Amino acid sequence: MAKEALTTRLEADAVPRGRLAAGRRRRKRGFVARTLADLSGALESALLADETASRPGLLQCLDARVKLLGLLGFIVAAGFARGFAPLLALHALSLSLAVASALPAGWFLKRVWVFIPTFTGLVALPAIFNLLTPGPAALTILGPLSLGPLLLADGLSLTWSGLRVASLLILRVGTSVSFALLLVLTTRWTSLLNALRVLKVPIAFVLVLAMTHRYIYVLLHVVNNAFLARESRSVGRLSAGENRRWLGATMGSLLGKSYHLSGEVYLAMLSRGFRGEVRGMPEQRLARLDYVWLGVALPLAAAFVAIEVVLGV
Amino acid sequence: MHIPDGYLSPATCATLYAASAPFWYVASQKVKKALSSRTVPLLALFSAFSFVVMMFNVPLPGGTTGHAVGAALMAIVLGPWAAVIGVSVALAIQALLFGDGGILTLGANCFNMAVVIPFVAYGIYTLGSGSSPATSARRPVAAFIAGYVGITMAAFFTGLELGVQPALFSANGVPLYFPYDLGVSIPAMVIPHLAVASFAEGIVTAAVLAYLQRAHPSLLERRRPLAAPVEGGEPAVPAPAGRRLPAALWVGLGVIVVLTPLGLLAPGGAWAEWGPDEVEQLVGSVPAGMKSLMSLWPAPLPDYTIPGLEGSFSGQSLAYILSAAIGVGLIALVWWGASRVLGRRGIGERSIDHPA
Repeated sequence: MAKEALTTRLEADAVPRGRLAAGRRRRKRGFVARTLADLSGALESALLADETASRPGLLQCLDARVKLLGLLGFIVAAGFARGFAPLLALHALSLSLAVASALPAGWFLKRVWVFIPTFTGLVALPAIFNLLTPGPAALTILGPLSLGPLLLADGLSLTWSGLRVASLLILRVGTSVSFALLLVLTTRWTSLLNALRVLKVPIAFVLVLAMTHRYIYVLLHVVNNAFLARESRSVGRLSAGENRRWLGATMGSLLGKSYHLSGEVYLAMLSRGFRGEVRGMPEQRLARLDYVWLGVALPLAAAFVAIEVVLGV
Repeated sequence: MHIPDGYLSPATCATLYAASAPFWYVASQKVKKALSSRTVPLLALFSAFSFVVMMFNVPLPGGTTGHAVGAALMAIVLGPWAAVIGVSVALAIQALLFGDGGILTLGANCFNMAVVIPFVAYGIYTLGSGSSPATSARRPVAAFIAGYVGITMAAFFTGLELGVQPALFSANGVPLYFPYDLGVSIPAMVIPHLAVASFAEGIVTAAVLAYLQRAHPSLLERRRPLAAPVEGGEPAVPAPAGRRLPAALWVGLGVIVVLTPLGLLAPGGAWAEWGPDEVEQLVGSVPAGMKSLMSLWPAPLPDYTIPGLEGSFSGQSLAYILSAAIGVGLIALVWWGASRVLGRRGIGERSIDHPA
């Protein structure tokens, strides 16, 4: 019931996105609109993950602890990979896991490749030129510039080794991101928190993580309202200095609110009997499927790493 | 600033998890000790605050916008140890819940943003604000510089971590991870930050501090803000005298640690730090007794090399920095232990319980 109420509220928060999408077409958006877009983007992706995590699928059926271990194993394997073949194989694996977990392949690939590694593409781009990665040219753009015997400039070309470096980086980032996304999209936050304890994350951290997650939504809501209120009240343009002062005041009052709220939360905890002990959820027993997953995923990831280490020597 | 998975080798990721671990450990010990108190909700709320602050687009000079981390602000208001937890938790939620920033690189991201920024910023702010009153005009200026320098240092470390990749991890001369060396990665990270992006953190830190001076001066005055938000909480404890020195010391030490590889550029060994063979070269013979003393205590990291990091200049630099950091850490540990034994206020007692 409370969850439904929260969801409706979050959906209400996400409404201005339509207006923002229209605003995106304008050439330059102000910082208010950008922040609002970021805020609703965060709410939207949290809602999406909530929805995809409740679909019936392979990864959704697994215990979060074994899922975390297995997917981490594959991310590590992607980290150790030295060539294209193992990375492509791992990426194919992540894609088939996505399909088995009721995440359509095209949609999943779009999330991996369109949204996340754009920045990586920008980083990798300069590496393809001979200026940063010397080597035999794959495509010459500008011939070397010389004045008689004097070489003025080397010329500009794409090099094979540069192309290899750039595509290896992009593929590795994409593959790692795809496994991280599988974890994000198929796991409920509460079970993920419980799973963190398998990795020996101290319970104090887990408790703070859990409470933080809850209050992120409260604060996002507060900020969203503040920005919307400001958007709807302001006519004309403010100077950059005034904008910064307003932003400082908004953040400052958010800080004050967080501070005040933490006191209230503490009193609420006390009145419900909190005495400083933290108890996690009882450990659930693993099902047969979890053992099968562990038995397949971990040796597979280990094999990827082992092959790389053996071949690398 | 968030390094995604795939940019750093698994070995670097492990190293940076290990580098962040002592900070997490100390910080969580303090939380555990204070678990029955109001620390947990306060940390949770401030982590949530940090998460939300990272989403703000800050208008910057020149018409662009940038993101702040909020780590400097948290370190100033709550103390650096609380900021370590708050920012780490926010980064962990970004990585685990929103897929923003890598999972293997979480240790690196936490080191850059949740360790470097709070301690650098806290040191600069404490130095800069001195003993001025909470509403002094000096404080927002100190806060701006703290945020600006703090995030620039984080950018420097990010550049350093990325830049050592090609030298350390290449197969047949082809870089496997981040492809550019230190000569490219550090300027590429630091210059845009110095010119534009670092202003976001500086502006946020200063603007919020100025607001707090107007609206909640108590947050800046109280020496124990963690005890404050509940009515009838423990009374504020006055700041221990002489607490500025350790913070200044930390910043100085940090700078020195980072600069250690500079020595590699200079020809010859360090003055008066010759090994026996160098002494022989300089003096002609090794004084008797020196040889036997030399072998009395083998260093755990001989010649400041770390297995796997010898060879290239960048590898050596990293080894130097790591060795220096380990050394400083050990000294701090001894110092802290001694101050505990002697019953004086040491570095460990400020922080979460006594931030500011």
